[in-house]
Amino acid sequence: MKCAVIRFPGTSGDRDCYHVLSNVLGESAEYIFHKDTFSGKDFDLIVLPGGASYGDYLRPGALAASSNVITSIKEAAKLGKIILGIGNGFQILMEAGLLPGTVMPNRHLKFYCDDIYVRVENNETPFTNLFKTGEVLRLPLSCGKGNYFADKETLEKLTSNNNMVLTYCDKNGNIIDEANPVGSMKNIAGIVNERGNILGMMPHPERCTEEILKNTDGRRVFESVLRYIKGGLVHGK
Amino acid sequence: MQLAKVFIHFKDGVLDPQGTAVKASLLNSGYEAIKDLRAGKLFEIKLDTDNKSDAEALVKQICEKLLVNPVIEDYEFEILEA
Repeated sequence: MKCAVIRFPGTSGDRDCYHVLSNVLGESAEYIFHKDTFSGKDFDLIVLPGGASYGDYLRPGALAASSNVITSIKEAAKLGKIILGIGNGFQILMEAGLLPGTVMPNRHLKFYCDDIYVRVENNETPFTNLFKTGEVLRLPLSCGKGNYFADKETLEKLTSNNNMVLTYCDKNGNIIDEANPVGSMKNIAGIVNERGNILGMMPHPERCTEEILKNTDGRRVFESVLRYIKGGLVHGK
Repeated sequence: MQLAKVFIHFKDGVLDPQGTAVKASLLNSGYEAIKDLRAGKLFEIKLDTDNKSDAEALVKQICEKLLVNPVIEDYEFEILEA
């Protein structure tokens, strides 16, 4: 699997993502600078890591969304290539118009940095095919503006198309307001586009893929993509 | 030269956490007359044109391209002689 890790000024999750792809999964990974472009065919997986691109100026992801590399990412998206946006990467994908909705400041205005629980709502995606639907994962969340917002129509579409992939829950998998750390609508933590080849998620799967970190729940997100690329989509049980 | 003043604010119905926090702080300081407070952004843009309608068209384009997120924000602007 050929992977690209996109770097914007202010990206900080790039080395973690690169490490997971190249050392944990053992796949080929390459950094791509925001000023550069590539052909949509060049990579199987494109990762937009977290951080604070352009210092989160204007709106998180807004300035990154008009950089050169986004043209290539849009081209790859059209070809059905797999694109994963994590944290700020998710915000960039929304600002670029590749995913619907936007983010607001967290409802308590605090930067949230702790482990949270999410429930897998749809395992028929390239990113979740190794999970069971309803499975609860523990993932690190680290954001100040992770409060997902979309208009009613978009939310209805996300629901009816089963594009809400991850939702904040308690550790038993109950979708309740108390388990929503940022106040996002419908407890949304991650969504895919209609075609299903682009996932944006606020929690950080790349930060929990190895035993030494005492949590490997994030690893199967990357392994699911690998399984999808190598053998076509195989749904979980 | 024309000067555009672009004012961006949240749409009605969109929660404004910053405005809410500032309002709470002012109420706490005794300004009880405050009934509502919304935060926004102001951009001042100098444009190298003498034609006001050109400036308007350009500013509208800039807003839609980058400055405004139509999911949550509305905007107004005025064009002044700079």
